[in-house]
Order: sequence, then C-alpha cells, then structure tokens
Amino acid sequence: MKFRFDRETRRQWKDVVMNVAALLCVAIALIPLGSILLEASLRGVQSLSPNFFTLTNANGGIGNAIQGTLILIALTALIALPVGILTGIYLAEYGKNRFGAGVRFFVEVMTQIPSIVVGIFAFSLILELGAVGIVSPRLVFSTTTGVIALSTIMIPFVARTSEEALRLVPVSTRESALALGIPRYRAILRVVLPSASSAVITGGLLGVARVGGETAPLLMTCLGSSFWFGGLDQPCESLPHTIYVFALGPDAALNQAAWGASLILILMMLGISITSRMIIRLRSVSR
Amino acid sequence: MDKPYIAEERFAIEGRMHPFRKLQGGGQRFSAATLGDSLFQWLSTIVAFGVIGLLALITVILFLAAQESIRTFGLGFLTGNVWNPVPPLVFGSLPFVYGTIVTSGLALLFGVPISLGIAIFLSELSPSWLRIPLTYIVELLAAVPSVVYGLWGIFVLGPVMRVSVEPVIQDIFGFLPIFQGNVIGTDKFTAGVILAIMIIPTISAVSREALLAVPDNQREAALSLGATRWETTRVAVLRYSRAGIFGAIILGLGRAVGETMAVTMTIGNRNAISLSLFDQGQTIASWIANNFLNATDPLELSALIELGLVLMLMSLVINVFARLMVYRVLRRGEGAA
Repeated sequence: MKFRFDRETRRQWKDVVMNVAALLCVAIALIPLGSILLEASLRGVQSLSPNFFTLTNANGGIGNAIQGTLILIALTALIALPVGILTGIYLAEYGKNRFGAGVRFFVEVMTQIPSIVVGIFAFSLILELGAVGIVSPRLVFSTTTGVIALSTIMIPFVARTSEEALRLVPVSTRESALALGIPRYRAILRVVLPSASSAVITGGLLGVARVGGETAPLLMTCLGSSFWFGGLDQPCESLPHTIYVFALGPDAALNQAAWGASLILILMMLGISITSRMIIRLRSVSR
Repeated sequence: MDKPYIAEERFAIEGRMHPFRKLQGGGQRFSAATLGDSLFQWLSTIVAFGVIGLLALITVILFLAAQESIRTFGLGFLTGNVWNPVPPLVFGSLPFVYGTIVTSGLALLFGVPISLGIAIFLSELSPSWLRIPLTYIVELLAAVPSVVYGLWGIFVLGPVMRVSVEPVIQDIFGFLPIFQGNVIGTDKFTAGVILAIMIIPTISAVSREALLAVPDNQREAALSLGATRWETTRVAVLRYSRAGIFGAIILGLGRAVGETMAVTMTIGNRNAISLSLFDQGQTIASWIANNFLNATDPLELSALIELGLVLMLMSLVINVFARLMVYRVLRRGEGAA
C-alpha cells in the first residue's frame, strides 16, 4: 500500500516538473528576444538624431540606406505580389489535382532555399546573360539584380500565404457566387479574393518584412553604396547591409550607429508584422 | 485526397462554363465569359508553373556558373581541405562542410528541446488566454532580421559567452577535446547558440501544428485511464505525432544550414578543421559571404558558386525529406479528425 502511494506521488511530481520545464522553455526563448529588443532600444536610441536620417552611410548616417531599402522593397513587391498571388490562386482554385500537389510541394521547398544561394543565383544569372550578350555585364552589381534576388525569395512565400488565405474562404461563398451565374474567374477575382483580402495582404506584408531584412543575397547583387540611389543599373545601399558594415567597422561610433540602424530596421519590420496582425484582428472583429 | 466538389462546381471546372449559362445563353460555348474563364485559368497555371520553372532555372544557372570548378576538381572539391586562391589554384570545401555540420548540430542540440517544450506548452498546457499572445511572441523571434542577430551576437552574446559561459564549461568539462583552447567568444559554439535561437520559431511552430493535429480522443482516452497531464502528452500526443515533430526538426536543420549573416558575424571566420568548439571556424554560407567579392580568379568565383550549389543541394535534400515527413503526419491528422 505504501509503495503505491509513493508511485502516485512520484507521478504527480513528475507531472509538475515536466509542466514547469515546458514553461521554462518558453521563458528561455523569450530571453534573447527581450535582450535584442532591449539592447537595440537602449544602444540605438543614443545614435538617433536628425543627421542620422539625412546623412549617407559614408558620413555615419543611414539616409541612403533607408532610401535604398524602401526602393528595393517597393520594386520587389511590385514583381512578387502579382506573381505570388496568381500562383496562390492557381494552387487554391485550380490546383486540386496531381499537378497542383506537385507545384505546391516545390513552392514549399522553394521557400526554404538559403537566401545566400538566391543571391548567387541572381548574380550568376546576370553573369551568364551578360556572357551571351543579352544584358550588359555591368548590370551584375546593380539594384536590378538585387530585386531579382529578393523577388525570387518573396514569390514562393507570397504564393503559400495567399493560397492558405484563399483556402479559408468557405466553399459556400464560391457556390453562391457561381449560383448568380457569373463566370468562375470573376467569382474568384470579385468574390473569393476580396473575402480573403485581409489574409492575402497580411501574407504580402510578412513577405515584405522578410525580404526587407535580408542581407546575404544583397552582398553579391546590390553590393552597397556610399551614395544616394543612382538608378536601377547602379549598386544601392540597404539598411541590413549598412548594419553589417557598421557592425564590423573599426570604431565604436560606427558600432553605435549599427545599433541605431538596427533599431530602425526592427521598428520597420515589427511595425509591418504588428500592422498585419491588426488587420487580421480588425477584420475578424468586424465580422 | 480530392476535395468533393458539388456538382455545379465540377461542371463549371470541367465544362469551363456555368451550368445555368446554357439556359441563358442558348449554349454558346465561346461567349466572352467562357473565354475569360479559360484565359484566367491558363494565366494562373502558366504563372504557377513559371514559379516551378524558376526553381529549375536556379539549379541550371548554378550548374552552368559552377561548371569550370566542377570540371577542374570533380569530387575532390568535396574532400579537399585547402582553399588556395593564388597559383597553383586549389579549392576544397571540406572545412566549410565540417563547420556547417558542427554548427547545425549544436543548433539542434540546444534548439530542439526548447522548441519542443514551447510546442508542448502552447498546445497542451497553456491557458487559452495566453496561447495566442505567446505564439505570436515566439513567432517574433523569426521576424528579427538575421543581421541584427549577428550584431547582437558580436556585442552582447559573444562577450557573455567569453566571460561567463565558456570558462565555466571549460572548468567542468575542460578535459574533453571539444572544449579546449583559448576562449574568445566568437567561435563555433557561439554560432551554434545563435542558430539555436534562430531555429526555435521554425521548429516550435511546425511541431505545434503536429501536436494540434492529434485528435482529442487520443488525449481523452489517456486521461480517462488516469494518466497525468505529462503522461498523456508523452504517451498519447508525442508518440502519435513523432513523424511530424521529426519533420519539424529537419526543417529547423534546413534553416540552420543555410543561415548566413548571423553565423558569418559570430563564428570567427577561420578556414580550418579543428575539434574544439571554442575554435574559430567557417560554414559554407559564411565562407561565401566573406569571399565572394574578393574572388580574383574566375576559377575561384566558379568554386564559390559551386559551394552555393552544394549548399542548395544540401538544403533541398533536407527540406524535401522534412516536407514528406510533415505531410504524412498532417494528412493522417486530417483523416482522423
């Protein structure tokens, strides 16, 4: 009898210990997040000044980096959003067969290609095209190449998120639209897509946040530049690249500026991320 | 597993027109509407297959650009441990492959238990009001750009490692060859820790999904037999979803293998194979990032591109494998629900 009581106690204790361990895991994961946000705020705030936003990186500012990042993001979104969303529409609306399953599988695999490999791809693509004489070889290190790399990262991402968004639209919505006698493509574009719009926009925003923070693929495509944006055929500076260069820089003032740039980048990315959450929340409340 | 269509939808897809259209339009097959339908379907299909074509294009272009190096070194590229950019030009990738395997292994060692703890907490234990905010906060770890992790690694984690973590480990386990040498704080160990942090959101999110896919009657059955919360989780939930969790871990591995900036900034960048985790090293990705712009000889550039190809093939194999595992378990979960 005593033995059974002990075993019961042990089971209960083990239960408590494991539950606490699981909670601890969550706590441990929050430490680096908290530390990053805290350090970036504390150290970053010190370098913020009007000059910080207006000077180029050659003078310790991030003005041209912000400009470059915004241009890169805008151009990438311009290419990746339509292509990604159309792919998502195919996957969700027409891809209910073996081909669709194959496309879905490869799109998922594509989202996981290391970003630096995508950078090498964009570099090599222009290099090979340049060797054949289709484009100018000077274009290898340019904003255009950077946009190619970033689009290659963003397209599969947007395709997946918009497919998931479209799948959340109930079948009855499609049936009602079709029952009105409108053709299928208009049912998709005018009824299904708008119903899923908040989730599609969220996916797009998260995709933007994802490519906005990319550094590795820009190392061999956009390079970096100490000047303001000079055209699509010129190298351009970007915020993550500035952070990289400042972080490895020799003096403390530059390292300080790296934290300032990080703070701005984090605020941009978190801002996008939180905005997209808000969109979901507002939509779901208003329904 | 085909979704059952209702009759109209099936008719609309297969006949490319709406069933009622026949009544209205007297059965013209080529009205503006049906033309629009097929145009739009073709457009989206072509774009979707174009995206797959992009994947093929990436592979082909990398192969083309790496051709010179592949022809010159053959399989010796994978086993060589010399990278000599001045004549005689010899390029081998073994130290980088080694560094990639070591850091990714460390990342899994630290990251997997924590991620699983998070997944279990979020799907089995957490009070429901805490579940959504916590899930969101853990996901934020994935939203922090890689270069910011690198910055944090240099100025925050690195010093902590150098001053308080690594000396302590060395005091206790210093007799092991993997913990010997000078403690600097920018080394394979630190890079492994950073990678662990970066793969936590991936592993915990996917394994949480796998745990949520476990049907509730599994849990109810275990609880009704008198099992405690943890016993239920272990016997009824974890065992049921182990394929999905395994897939999640492999997905995390894929992320760790390809991660560039954070590793480049914390691993110390030394091209050598050494046993000690406290020694500097290189991964495939960090070597590419450090040397791509410095390559002077076309052959070196081609060798660096081949490194990229090796990295891509590694991550493709890892990810295809992981996807197959995850698909299997999620589908089973759907089928059982």
